[in-house]
Amino acid sequence: MLPQTPEDAELPREDVPVGRRVLLGMVGLGALGVLWGATVQSGLDRALRPITLNDRTGLSAFLPTSSRFRIYSVTGSLPSRTDLDYRLTVDGHVDHPAALDLADLRARLPQTAMTKDFQCVTGWRVPDVPWEGVRLGHLLDEVGVRPGASHVRFWSFDGVYTETLTMEQARRDDVLVAHHMLGAPVTREHGGPVRLYVAPMYGYKSLKWLERVEVVTALDQPSDPGYWENLGYDTDAWVGQSNGRQDEAT
Amino acid sequence: MTPPEDEVVVERFDRAERWLHWSSAMLFLILLGTGMVLYVGTLSAVVGRRVLVKDVHVITGLLLPAPLMVAYGGSWRAQLRRDVRRFARWSVDDRRWLLSLGRRGRERMGKFNAGQKLNAIFVAGCIPVMLMTGAIMRWFSPFPLAWRTGATFVHDSLALVLLAVTVGHILKALTTPRAISAMRTGAVPADHVRRHHPRWWRELQSGDR
Repeated sequence: MLPQTPEDAELPREDVPVGRRVLLGMVGLGALGVLWGATVQSGLDRALRPITLNDRTGLSAFLPTSSRFRIYSVTGSLPSRTDLDYRLTVDGHVDHPAALDLADLRARLPQTAMTKDFQCVTGWRVPDVPWEGVRLGHLLDEVGVRPGASHVRFWSFDGVYTETLTMEQARRDDVLVAHHMLGAPVTREHGGPVRLYVAPMYGYKSLKWLERVEVVTALDQPSDPGYWENLGYDTDAWVGQSNGRQDEAT
Repeated sequence: MTPPEDEVVVERFDRAERWLHWSSAMLFLILLGTGMVLYVGTLSAVVGRRVLVKDVHVITGLLLPAPLMVAYGGSWRAQLRRDVRRFARWSVDDRRWLLSLGRRGRERMGKFNAGQKLNAIFVAGCIPVMLMTGAIMRWFSPFPLAWRTGATFVHDSLALVLLAVTVGHILKALTTPRAISAMRTGAVPADHVRRHHPRWWRELQSGDR
């Protein structure tokens, strides 16, 4: 069965340099992918949307689509608050500091619903996300902002994440203290039970696990203007007009 | 299945090759683990510490070519170079083996079958592509926006393929104890080589290890 002739041991003339070809081919394809991947990606997103939207297995988290949430949490583990424990403190430069529970936020205060995209500064964008909650402006009216207030600072109960908005930004009617998203109470992963949703800005402004809204007269904390801002991201994070990006406005 | 002591053995992988394999494997598993944490939302949520995980991933990625450069950069590289040449050059038998999924083309089997060759070439080719796309993702500011999306797409997709290939590689190794012991100790029984890798056996006889 074994060929015994010694010339068989030599490198046959027809040996082909497959290795070099595959290697160069991969590098070439990789470069093409960088140049045209964005186009391929948007086509793939459209093709896979029926799957990713109806997926109950969670396996679609492995698909390289861009229209899905990626969970960026910066602390050791996901912080959690039960619905009963949860309180939202609204204080600082205000007339009537308040500690609101979920019943206040879900029923007593005026409710606002909107359906808008969520755009991350790293590129992914989830289209048509339904949000429900209380407009931050209504919350500020509830506690009575005193004259001289310049900014609103937001604290997360993860103990690390903070954000700020100018008073003018905070009063926009598309800035929400959200208790529902995607048709259900905000999950822990997405920053529940209550998170901020700053519709016109990149996702890092929409602080998760919101536990305190503080009205201030100056940005004087070491954490200001905010966690991601201190890592180099823009403070006025308008979608399409900041962070060197040209996304379509949300 | 370590060969009995009195059995005649042949060195399949020398010290430099084994060191290259295991150090690259370690870096690669760190990359795979941290990459999954960055990519899969449920894992990101459990582990958290995104900034730290990202730093570990980037530094490990930059270190990945280091073992290859060390293994290739000294007098210990002789056998590695011969094996790289074996991976790179394909005979008619290799193509027959691959197209028949290992059923044909075994008569003149060399040191590596076509599947092992393809695995080695593919993983080697992934290193520059993953480095290039990873660098664009990490240091994105000088590049057009679409490049970052494209690089992310290539990096993520190729990582998924690499994950599948790695799982296959490990499963294949676990079901072939001789392969594991060859990468652990370097040795395979001479008899096995003579019977199943006739072309390599003759290379050994002719002094071209």
